[in-house]
Amino acid sequence: MTPTQQQQFDSGLGLDVVFPTPGQIMGQRMKTHKGFILGGLMVLIVFMMAIFAPYIAGHDPYQQDLSKRMISPIWSEKGTWDHPLGTDNMGRDYFARLVYGSRISLLIGFSCMAIAAVIGISLGLTAGYFGGLADYIVSFIITVRLALPAVLVAVAVVALIGGSTKVVIMVLGCLIWDRFAVILRATTQQIRAMDYVQAAQAAGCSVLWLMIREIMPNLFNSIVIVATLEIGRAILLEAALSFLGMGVQPPIPSWGLMISEGKDLMLFDPYLVTIPGVALFFLVLGMNLFGDGLRDVTSPEGRS
Amino acid sequence: MNALLEVKNLNVDLNLPAGALHAVRNVSFSVQKGKTLSLVGESGCGKSITALAIMNLLPPSASYNAKKMEFEGHDLLKLNEKKMSRFRGAKIAMIFQEPMTSLDPCYTIGDQLTEALTEHKQVSAKEALNRAVFLLDKVGITGAASRLKQYPHQLSGGLRQRIMIAMGLMCGPSLIIADEPTTALDVTIQAQILRLLASIQKEFNMGMILITHDLGVVARIADDVAVMYCGEVVETGNITQIFNHPIHPYTRGLIECIPIPGKTKPGEKLGSIPGIVPAPIGELWGCSFRNRCSLATAECADRGLALNHISDTRSFRCIKPPNDMPIGTPDEKPDKKMGKADPMAIKKEERI
Amino acid sequence: MLIYTLKRLGLAIIVMITVSMISFMLLRVSGDPAISLAGEGASSAEIEFVREQYGFDRPLIIQYFEWAGRAIQGDLGNSAYVKQSVAQMLRERMGVTMTLGICSLTFAMLLAIPLGMLAAIRPNTWIDRLALSISVMGQAMPSFWFGLILIIFFGVYLRWLPISGSDTWKHFVMPTIALGYYATPAIMRLVRSGMLEVLASDHIRTARAKGLRWPKILFKHTLRNAIIPVVAVAAVQLGFMLGGSIVIEAIFALNGLGNLAWVSISRSDLPVVQAIVLFLSIIYIFLTFMADIFNAFLDPRIRSS
Repeated sequence: MTPTQQQQFDSGLGLDVVFPTPGQIMGQRMKTHKGFILGGLMVLIVFMMAIFAPYIAGHDPYQQDLSKRMISPIWSEKGTWDHPLGTDNMGRDYFARLVYGSRISLLIGFSCMAIAAVIGISLGLTAGYFGGLADYIVSFIITVRLALPAVLVAVAVVALIGGSTKVVIMVLGCLIWDRFAVILRATTQQIRAMDYVQAAQAAGCSVLWLMIREIMPNLFNSIVIVATLEIGRAILLEAALSFLGMGVQPPIPSWGLMISEGKDLMLFDPYLVTIPGVALFFLVLGMNLFGDGLRDVTSPEGRS
Repeated sequence: MNALLEVKNLNVDLNLPAGALHAVRNVSFSVQKGKTLSLVGESGCGKSITALAIMNLLPPSASYNAKKMEFEGHDLLKLNEKKMSRFRGAKIAMIFQEPMTSLDPCYTIGDQLTEALTEHKQVSAKEALNRAVFLLDKVGITGAASRLKQYPHQLSGGLRQRIMIAMGLMCGPSLIIADEPTTALDVTIQAQILRLLASIQKEFNMGMILITHDLGVVARIADDVAVMYCGEVVETGNITQIFNHPIHPYTRGLIECIPIPGKTKPGEKLGSIPGIVPAPIGELWGCSFRNRCSLATAECADRGLALNHISDTRSFRCIKPPNDMPIGTPDEKPDKKMGKADPMAIKKEERI
Repeated sequence: MLIYTLKRLGLAIIVMITVSMISFMLLRVSGDPAISLAGEGASSAEIEFVREQYGFDRPLIIQYFEWAGRAIQGDLGNSAYVKQSVAQMLRERMGVTMTLGICSLTFAMLLAIPLGMLAAIRPNTWIDRLALSISVMGQAMPSFWFGLILIIFFGVYLRWLPISGSDTWKHFVMPTIALGYYATPAIMRLVRSGMLEVLASDHIRTARAKGLRWPKILFKHTLRNAIIPVVAVAAVQLGFMLGGSIVIEAIFALNGLGNLAWVSISRSDLPVVQAIVLFLSIIYIFLTFMADIFNAFLDPRIRSS
């Protein structure tokens, strides 16, 4: 049979159906997953705000001007374009503080996540890979960590050492590694039990090789997903700490601190509380949507 | 003849990202009262999907239609979910491939057995328990009464499959669908379960659809056979016809793959079917077996290839039937009663 | 079952001892307790006096054993700030916090379980999307900010509910919502994914093949299996909520443990802070232990292993 005849002969059998590759399926899902795109955009906006803060802000976030205290935002009758989101009780431009506040939130979110990731990943990987005694010990450490009330311990320790951005990052980073450890332990266990890892081990590969070449690539997804969620959690915890006065110290424009400072005046000027709250909500929502979306588009079967 | 179940032109589509997969196409068959029909074919050929379509238990991503699907004179196609559930379990029972996961881990055997009965019939809890004990005894479970308090995880796969069979029998159904009931079991247990199914089917005079990929299983207990390939029925006939005079090249290929005790010499090569099964996605025409068939020619790619009927029960889907096809005896009687040599050379006592 | 219970109990006790050590160390290592107790303007002689008075000059390990020994007998020492025993202070305050915690958990479960179930039964419909939005928003909302918004809206604008204090049930409505909403997403997601998983499982197919009615399949066979992991998470969430009550109690001026902790932290009342950390940890350990036992009751596989 000539090739054309063969082609004719074979058509109508469904043999020419091209199944999309995993990469194509993922790309397709990314393009159609609303949460993923929306979340990514929201995070991107906050990133842009943080990077280009001096160009966007228009005012110095620390500049006090007692003659311009409590100017209302633009949507109220007395608002002016000079201070689109108004000013606070010290006459500082609220929009500038909001824009610079994104730097604090992102700095704290990412640094805490990094510290938590180092602790959590090493614990989870060790427990999941070696099992047995190592697993017992790590599981025990995780249980103990979960038993400690995180917010309370954070507040107490920060109060004793003295609040500062560095201290907040260290304390929160050392407290929120639990999810990394729990999820990495479970995922590593699953992958460890897979035949291809056993085969590599039987072929005489070293522990280091197995961990780096065979297991780590499959953990990457989980790590990124947990990381986005942990960034959100760290940002919220920092805000709570700052709100209680045991976090980032004034006059740094942290969103949590802004809510705390506006709290006493919120009955008359609710915008002092709502604006930084919406900003926090926006950033953390973006992070979570992005993380959830990432899990959906990268998981083999997608969201059911 | 008044069939217990008659299915005509059943089509099932599964919706996949790559397009609709025509998992079952134009499948027709019928099951007679008190007889066993075997659906045979390799995995992925649509046997289980066919069974689930009869029960209306297909996953939500699947859609199906048929020209006719009649059970004891009831049109199953017209029943809504609520009415259909009056047939499931009560009239048509199903036994699944995975005994390890087919029982609810949270409830005792007794609870799961009796609820099948109390759901459909007005019986007291005590009567239901008595029936459960009676049937557990029937399916060969020792100490039936004490088993009722056990949980699924305390039992082996073989025992669980026996319990699944007993559960199917609770309401005294007239049709039982066994979907690869022995595939997940140890080889030694497989024969026991098959023997059990066959004897139960005889004793309670039920119709049975036995779904399997194992021709050895078919030879042991089937009365009628429908061979499926890639979503289509390629040949139907009674057991003797299929084994003695297979028509379709696929059926012949399958039979050549089986070693026969006493006939296959040591060292002799068994048959095999080359090539891969096509994915039935998109527009399809011609014979779906042609890319693996040694007899195929350009004609086989012609559109409009239909099932050739020799008789009501004997049909095949091929334009190149073998020359020695017994055209003269279309309705060859099963020869087990006449005592002819069994084609599979399986000893009499091994046939149940 | 007995062996399982004893094993869990043993583990709980070891965790408890470890937690007590950590809560003891944490507050000792993070600063000199004598300095903070003596107050800011204290002279070095005064600090030295406090150090000897409280025994801070002795090795930490001995201090720990003394403290733990007394703690077991219910003596948690005296407050460094007010003339009252710590145990007495805890007893007075814990009622409010427990009420808040239990109300919040109930609120969270009442919201999360039905919504999670509906979302799983009708995936990709408006109800599923609603459940998803509630859970996504709940995770992103700072609970203290949500509390403030509730105050502005229901307390100030509508004037329906009192905004601070803990005298009547009305005082607990807003704190319950603010705290309970925080725990809803985790429970709802678990119910939804658990239900979806069980609904797709082989034994549900068996139940349908048996011809069982839909409510029976749903509640008897699906929910029962899907609820098992929820129990553990609910216990954990209750623990978290009690720990997180510090923020909510501060906002609503609820006179509970969280408020006491916050006040004590700001006036460096170490014995009280230590006792609250320990107390909340023990509650958490107790809750997870109870969840383990309850799970064994629900899941026969755990019971017999």
